[in-house]
Amino acid sequence: MRWLVAGLVAVLVALVVGVSLGPVSLPPGSVAAELLNLFPGVHLDSGLTEREIAIVTELRLPRVVLGLLVGGLLALAGGCYQGVFRNPLADPYLLGVAAGAGLAVTAAIALGGAGQQGTLSGLPMTIPLAAFAGSLLAVTMTYVLGAAGGRRGSPAMLILAGVAVSAFLSAGQTYLLQRHADTIQPVYSWLLGRLATAGWHDVLLVLPYAVLTTVVVLLHRRELDVLAVGDDEARSLGLHPQRTRYLLIAAASLGTAAAVSATGLIGFVGIIVPHTVRLLAGSSYRVILPMSLLFGGAFLALTDVVARTVAAPSELPIGVVTALLGGPFFVLVLRTARRVLT
Amino acid sequence: MSREPAAGAAAVEVRGLHVALGGTPILTGVDLTVAAGEWVTVIGPNGAGKSTLLRAVGGLLPAPRAITLFGTPSAALRRRDRARIVATVAQSPVVPPGMSVLDYVLLGRTPYIPTLGRESTADVDAVHEVLGRLDLAGFHRRELATLSGGERQRVFLARALAQGATLLLLDEPTSALDIGHQQDVLEVVDQLRREHGLTVLATMHDLSLAGEYADRMVMLAAGQVVAAGTPSEVLTEDLLATHYRASVRVVPGAHGPLVVPVRPARP
Repeated sequence: MRWLVAGLVAVLVALVVGVSLGPVSLPPGSVAAELLNLFPGVHLDSGLTEREIAIVTELRLPRVVLGLLVGGLLALAGGCYQGVFRNPLADPYLLGVAAGAGLAVTAAIALGGAGQQGTLSGLPMTIPLAAFAGSLLAVTMTYVLGAAGGRRGSPAMLILAGVAVSAFLSAGQTYLLQRHADTIQPVYSWLLGRLATAGWHDVLLVLPYAVLTTVVVLLHRRELDVLAVGDDEARSLGLHPQRTRYLLIAAASLGTAAAVSATGLIGFVGIIVPHTVRLLAGSSYRVILPMSLLFGGAFLALTDVVARTVAAPSELPIGVVTALLGGPFFVLVLRTARRVLT
Repeated sequence: MSREPAAGAAAVEVRGLHVALGGTPILTGVDLTVAAGEWVTVIGPNGAGKSTLLRAVGGLLPAPRAITLFGTPSAALRRRDRARIVATVAQSPVVPPGMSVLDYVLLGRTPYIPTLGRESTADVDAVHEVLGRLDLAGFHRRELATLSGGERQRVFLARALAQGATLLLLDEPTSALDIGHQQDVLEVVDQLRREHGLTVLATMHDLSLAGEYADRMVMLAAGQVVAAGTPSEVLTEDLLATHYRASVRVVPGAHGPLVVPVRPARP
């Protein structure tokens, strides 16, 4: 309960800070008032001009909301994969899931002609489904390869398989980019991860998949705790571990696919956030999963603030910022997880 | 089909069980009967198929028609229903890092919690009651991974008891413990069995201990039952020499025969 409140506060802070900061700084109090005005029946005087109100509702708010959704999804998917694979290093990126989704989106744009206007905004709503197919293909490859290394597939094997699958799929993507260099220019900025061109359209693109993923994963949070004691135990406690596992892999991959479709490749959120939550709030997935959703959203929205202010007026790709934070963090996780891996 | 245990039916009835894992036959035609309330211990040399037999009885292996639990064919039971009848303590259960004793034992309530639901206060009460019964009342907040071997074994038992099952399958319940804690755990199991009418099917390596606690014993070798009966019928120097290739002396004891290893004489 305590952590639920902390998570909600983090999301609200990220929302107000994310909308306030930018090339035109707005007072957080006015921003908060303007956000409350979005609720029906609320009419507060924020003291902002028409133009500033438009900045809030049409430019910054969709961007921050998209950051919250994508960050939440990536962290939730990471936490879910960690439980399903009983592997502290599992993450949408290390498993190759994001690369699979990336390849599918690139293929859809290059071969399907979407985004020919030279921008990525206005992607058809079906793009996340293509990404979903790509992510499922990738996670299946990783799972099969990782299991081939041993009867049970050790945690390190799974990650090595993920790295190999990632490299393989990225190579496919690079090939597509080379062949379609003229039509596919916008993919380059998307590859590095960006929330920049986000309008409400991108939010709507992600939202249905985000809701579906969140509902499925959160409903199974207790079963993930049971899976933590092993498949035999789960089975003798009356569960169907493999069925649960496939369902949750599909759900987490759908969430990853939706996130990647909208914002490109933003790494490490799925490993930074669930591990921080685990350190702070304990090891039960009943806490880790909802908290990862909330803190993941807040984390990415705030990271985006850093990405667009630290080198203003130009923006850093957000994927670069998360990777800069995530690299050292990953080393930390490796050190604490050494016991599990050997 | 009735899920109520049929009156007078054996707790476990195994007829002609064949199990092959990865193409290798492990069990070839095993028969086994465990009466309700009885303690039966399966012994046998390494690789005889003891754990496989226990896994099959616990419903972890496909065994169509060969296994009947309290009068109902095991294959006809839904997993959740079977979980309310049979509880298993594995040889070395996974200890999830960071999990508290209370949370771990609560997992035992899984067959009573609706799919996608959460524990009720009744479930939490049941767990506290089990913890009290096993002298673990003060431990519920402790992290499972920080407990000693003997305390852990009691927590594993607590999880199985929280399942509310009347048939307890114990795979090498004492293998990780020193001799004092071995006796400790077996005494607890025996006491619970008497107080709550549990049926126990165990595998064990320590033959003297096994014989002191079991009502009946079954010796497996190379996937088949080679001897069954009371401890003094099964723990004989001849049988142990034949199937374990062990040189032992069997000495009568107050609660069953005591098996003492003796260094073989050099030819």
